[in-house]
Amino acid sequence: MSNFTTVSYKKDELNKELATLLSALLEKKTVDGIMVPCRQPSGTVMQTLITDPVQTAQVDPFAPVAPVSSAKLASSLTAKPSGKKIALVMRSCEIRALIELVKLNQASLDNTLLIAQDCFGRYENKDFYALQEKGLTTESFIQAAQGGTTATDGLDVIEACTVCEHPVAANADIRLCLIGADAGTFSVEAASEKGEQAIKDMGLSGSDNAGKRADAVKTLVAARQDAFTQKFNEYREKINSFQALEENMVKCVNCYNCRVACPVCYCKECVFVTDTFRHDGDQFLGWAQHKGTLKMPTDTVFYHLTRMTHIGNFCVGCGQCTSACPNDVNLTMAFRAAAKVSQDRFGYESGRSLDEAQPLTVFHDDELVEVTGQVK
Amino acid sequence: MSEFEPQIVAFFCNWCTFTAADLAGTSRLAYPPNLKIVRVMCSGMVDPKYVIKAFLNGADGVLIGGCWPGDCHYINGNLKARRRVAHLTEILKQYGIGEDRFWLRWIAASEGTMLQEVAREMTEKIKALGPSPIKTQQEAA
Repeated sequence: MSNFTTVSYKKDELNKELATLLSALLEKKTVDGIMVPCRQPSGTVMQTLITDPVQTAQVDPFAPVAPVSSAKLASSLTAKPSGKKIALVMRSCEIRALIELVKLNQASLDNTLLIAQDCFGRYENKDFYALQEKGLTTESFIQAAQGGTTATDGLDVIEACTVCEHPVAANADIRLCLIGADAGTFSVEAASEKGEQAIKDMGLSGSDNAGKRADAVKTLVAARQDAFTQKFNEYREKINSFQALEENMVKCVNCYNCRVACPVCYCKECVFVTDTFRHDGDQFLGWAQHKGTLKMPTDTVFYHLTRMTHIGNFCVGCGQCTSACPNDVNLTMAFRAAAKVSQDRFGYESGRSLDEAQPLTVFHDDELVEVTGQVK
Repeated sequence: MSEFEPQIVAFFCNWCTFTAADLAGTSRLAYPPNLKIVRVMCSGMVDPKYVIKAFLNGADGVLIGGCWPGDCHYINGNLKARRRVAHLTEILKQYGIGEDRFWLRWIAASEGTMLQEVAREMTEKIKALGPSPIKTQQEAA
């Protein structure tokens, strides 16, 4: 049996079809709640936790915007067991971050149904609202993206999305598939046993084949991978010293928004807001005296390097750090570059699998001999 | 102009490498005074922040000294240190602080001569490399 079911929708009725499928999950008691991006009265799209089937009318999971990474939201819903089953409709980057949080015991997948929507990328919040004013709809975005372009009116999806090699989530129970779909259709894929059961509850049979999907996904991933390699090389070439890094970060005002927005910044309390970094005046003066000058606020490069060591193994490249920065510091490539080199060293990939141990949580006697070069 | 004298911050484990330094001292084995030794309870407790801060504040090299695998007083702190050093090395390397300036070495309590050797080797190596690229730039923020 194939795992795909194709669903057709009339113009402007994509979300209506999705609402029907999702409300069935609540009606059939497959789940007790669904967290899914929904349109708010102001036109904003935010993750919303729905328990009443009627309220699914506002769902809009494919809207090209993600004001926060829902991995953190999923963590607050699941970290302590509520005893209720929850469906989580999330993007690939959010799911990958969630998997890292599960490994850190800050979230759990025990009572969840993971529903992943194909992702062509997201706009910055303000760009999304501006485009909406000019008539952008989720469906017009999908149509353009399926045709190979995400740029509209001179605005494009964020840089992080243009170099994201995971438009399809690897770990999900159900996938809502758009890549390679014919116009006016999407397909629902059962990606696990749990997902198969839930799809039956939605009233779908799972009888179609995947069509052109596999090829379309392959082409898109290859293009994104090339784009990443190019961006990575450009970044490495340009920002290859502490001085260059400092220049890149010079607009940083120590607001730590990037840390708050980061779905995998896992410390319960960040050391940079503790007494360790609350210095007395004479201390600052002492440092200034040393060189005759001290840029303030201090410790910005120190902060970003520390964050690189903390999340280097987990960064999923969601770009929320850049979106959260009030001063347009380009953080995405700094963190993705750190993630690339540290994950490559350990053969790890963030969010790839629940069964892979995070690199710094395990160690072996007979490994990494090259670090010391000493053998007894 | 006087010869460049590297400043090396050395984090030595209390049980092995620091004791080795002590032994080197009592055995009158001279080693370069470029090492500024910080005694820590275990190489596994050297937070990457210590290393980053040392480099940002102008250290030309950082050396972490721990017990040989299997000999750790805390069973496996040194193995954790090794993973962490590998991880941090990758990040520092991108910004011009390579493996030649950031060392982890196993030196047992009885290996006073090895301590002398490593201290000499690292000092020579960094002398040849020249000052840390950070030092020649503006005071890092």
